[in-house]
Amino acid sequence: MSILVENELFTKDETTQRRYVGASVKRPNMRRHLEGRGCYVDDISLPRLAHVVYLRSPLAHARFSIVDVAQARRMPGVIAIVDGREIARVCSPWVATLAHLQGMKSAPEYPLAIDRACWQGEPVLAIVAETRHQAEDALQYVEVDWQELPVVHDMETALLPETPVIHPELGDNLCFTKTIDTGDVEEAMARADLVVEETYRFGRVTGATMEPRSVLADFQPADNRLTVYQSHQAPHMMQDLYARHFDLPENSVRVICRDVGGAFGIKVHSYPDDFATVALSILLKRPVKFVADRLESFTSDIHAREHVVRARIGVKADGEILAFDFDDLTGVGPYSVYPRTSAIEGNQVLSIAGGPYRHKSYRARLNVVFQNKSPTSQYRGVGHPIACGITEGIVELAAQRLGMDPLQMRYRNVIPDDAYPCSGASGIKLEGLSHEKSLRKLEQMMDYAGLRREQAELRKKNIHRGIGFAVLVELTNPSAAFYGVGGARIAALDGATVRLDPTGVVTCLVGVGEQGQGTETIFAQIAADAIGVDISRVKVVTGDTETTPYGGGTWASRGAGIGGEAVLQAGMALRANIRKFAAVALEKDEELLDVRGDQVVDSATGAPLMPLSELARLAYFRPDILPADARPELMVTRHAAQRGYPFTFTNGVQASYVEVDVETGFVKLLKHWCVEDCGRVLNPMLVDEQVRGAIVQGIGGAMLEECLYDEHGLLRNGTMADYLVPMAFEMPDIEVGHVETPTRTSDLGAKGAGEAGTAGPPGAVMNAINDALAPFNARVASQPMTPEKILQALGVV
Amino acid sequence: MAEPIHVTMRVNGVEQTRQVEPRMHLVDFLRDTLEIKSARVSCEHGACGACTVRLDGRIVRGCLLLAVQAEGCEVETIDGASDRGDLLELQQAFHAHNAAQCGFCTPGMLLTAAALLQENPGATREQVREYISGNYCRCTGYHAIVDAVCEVLESQRQARAVNA
Repeated sequence: MSILVENELFTKDETTQRRYVGASVKRPNMRRHLEGRGCYVDDISLPRLAHVVYLRSPLAHARFSIVDVAQARRMPGVIAIVDGREIARVCSPWVATLAHLQGMKSAPEYPLAIDRACWQGEPVLAIVAETRHQAEDALQYVEVDWQELPVVHDMETALLPETPVIHPELGDNLCFTKTIDTGDVEEAMARADLVVEETYRFGRVTGATMEPRSVLADFQPADNRLTVYQSHQAPHMMQDLYARHFDLPENSVRVICRDVGGAFGIKVHSYPDDFATVALSILLKRPVKFVADRLESFTSDIHAREHVVRARIGVKADGEILAFDFDDLTGVGPYSVYPRTSAIEGNQVLSIAGGPYRHKSYRARLNVVFQNKSPTSQYRGVGHPIACGITEGIVELAAQRLGMDPLQMRYRNVIPDDAYPCSGASGIKLEGLSHEKSLRKLEQMMDYAGLRREQAELRKKNIHRGIGFAVLVELTNPSAAFYGVGGARIAALDGATVRLDPTGVVTCLVGVGEQGQGTETIFAQIAADAIGVDISRVKVVTGDTETTPYGGGTWASRGAGIGGEAVLQAGMALRANIRKFAAVALEKDEELLDVRGDQVVDSATGAPLMPLSELARLAYFRPDILPADARPELMVTRHAAQRGYPFTFTNGVQASYVEVDVETGFVKLLKHWCVEDCGRVLNPMLVDEQVRGAIVQGIGGAMLEECLYDEHGLLRNGTMADYLVPMAFEMPDIEVGHVETPTRTSDLGAKGAGEAGTAGPPGAVMNAINDALAPFNARVASQPMTPEKILQALGVV
Repeated sequence: MAEPIHVTMRVNGVEQTRQVEPRMHLVDFLRDTLEIKSARVSCEHGACGACTVRLDGRIVRGCLLLAVQAEGCEVETIDGASDRGDLLELQQAFHAHNAAQCGFCTPGMLLTAAALLQENPGATREQVREYISGNYCRCTGYHAIVDAVCEVLESQRQARAVNA
């Protein structure tokens, strides 16, 4: 682990001393997990708790009628069997579009399908019983008449005139279309010495969180209050949705997120069965729990990344990139997912592709189409794996055709480190990136020259190794430009409250929550430094809309940058208030006072003057002996939002080293390197682990994972044995290095770090495999890159 | 539905006797009947390892065994092992390396790692990766877990070398 610090910003308050920010502080909240004492939604039980299972459509597209539930209703323990019409009486439907995605359309969606199901796995009927087993037993006895309708499964034919239209009222199967065009791409291609074209395919993947989606709704009719325990990333967003769709006052709805067993964007959306479960609690006047089983997870969790992209690049003989031209098609299921929509991923591909480079000519077209498969939406990395995969794939192909070293190709074309601020050709605004420094650091970390020699030596022994690169930019710390401007009620502003408690300890409440990233740890680090206290005195509280300040939650790699900035501002304000009150209590000038450890100290000498516990005791218990003008304000709330730039971009570069067995098509991932610039590194150990985890998820999509469908729109691999997630023995060691270019849009200087890792592997691993296959004139451009596809590329099968 | 069956087993050192349905899985018995929540349900068919527990000292999958199959057996979840201090070295190494994120897989991962320490004290890094491959983790990417287990293996090897 080494860190190259570009400049020291951290805070404009010169009295603040950093002790914890930048250090690899161990996560205090990991201890309970190490003892098996985490508490996930399924671990929670309430008096009179009922359990719901959902009968789901076995077909991709069907009219249906519930013929008979009498026998099921008589089964032991059954409390209620409820259909979509009854649920719709208490819950209004939704249409998931965003106003700034012009022309976007989708159809109204209900908690449970009414008369027609549009994907296999869509919930159509709720069976509520005393236990989950009893509900599942009863489900078998429900009689449903299914009339299969024509299925739109292939996104490549979804827009053809002969293809049935899933929602006739929308006119066609087009959800959203967009083009970014600098207007001079064809002219640039004509000037190019070489134009290369390739089509890239990306399979559907899903998050496969270890803890399935789960929700426990507890409606108390007497005081019209709804409490929802949910495994989720955005509790305030869910509070808003439940309030509006159940017509409840916002402050009557409380959403609590305790431990969340993996989220990755899967748990940042609302799902039809979330609303259905809440509706059941309201209708039945008792708490109701829903926990998805694994098959339900595969068919009803959001999927992502089914794309086909035609990519073209025009380059000069010296390697200069003149133009990119992309044409992206993506299939998103039958409904846009609420409230973030299913068009953001494709929209991101358009904005991000080509992002690291200084070409001037750029064209990218996007078609987002409906189909009868599980809905897709934002999953970790959101468009970046596609954008980076197509860019880096075609850049490296061009380098290969030019006979140019792929690393030199990058040095030749990345936006120079001294060129910022600037805009990319797609229109993205870049505040400050470090591609050149990152490339140099990566080259040294991996001993590139030595690796090339090793590759050449082994080639002579018929061992085929390859090296591949991927340079990337990542959009983090979003402003309201993402959702707010489009009308979605997803907060861009996040708050933090810090409170000096009577014994001199600090409680810190933050709207951004934890799903294992270490969020609460970095908040404690920031608060401790900002206030000046020992970190052991700081307790962080998250995940409860009733106790924490309002906020957007965890997504788009915003937790550290925006939530952390709110904590920093609140902490600095509390420190100022402590000094101000101490000045009164000690009858000294506040300029001469500071906070260190557990004491108010002389700021010049550091000599302790009064314990914080004594200061707080005076404030809380003895205001009677204080001067009349003493106003101890020992609880402070501050908010932060991204302003100035719509997003804070980060950058990074990854390299993959692989060995391809040309007889079996199997690929051994030997090593992976990453240099990442996420601005201020708050906790190097936690950042490294975010990067590694994200890289492995990226490798999953590149090498193993795919939701496979047949021509009837039916999922063929709905188990964890059939849907292959990365296992330890298949994964390489991953070496992580950092360059730090703090953002100046905040005092904290932190950019996002949680997702960028996912962007690299589709490009880096694909390029490494193709480098290994180069002597055979074989290439793979379809992900996941299975042994079968590699053997097909080699002409073996 | 089949008649309930009488089952007796020791769980974390305490004898437990219950009437259970023959079809009830061991993990559901632990979670729903005994309210021991540390064995977790994820894949539900033996692929992911989140429900790993010890049965007479061996690690097993709670979702692949029926509760009645544990009749007369000694069952231990991480609660028992952790409270005894059995896992302390591994827990400390996991903490130091940040070898857990969301924590859902962690109990199973720790019990599997403990089994590896016993079975193959000389395990190489590759062998560690292979041994823990029956336990999925979607958060960490495994690197830190492998680091943590290797560190404990090495410190135990050194301790044995000193004692020898």
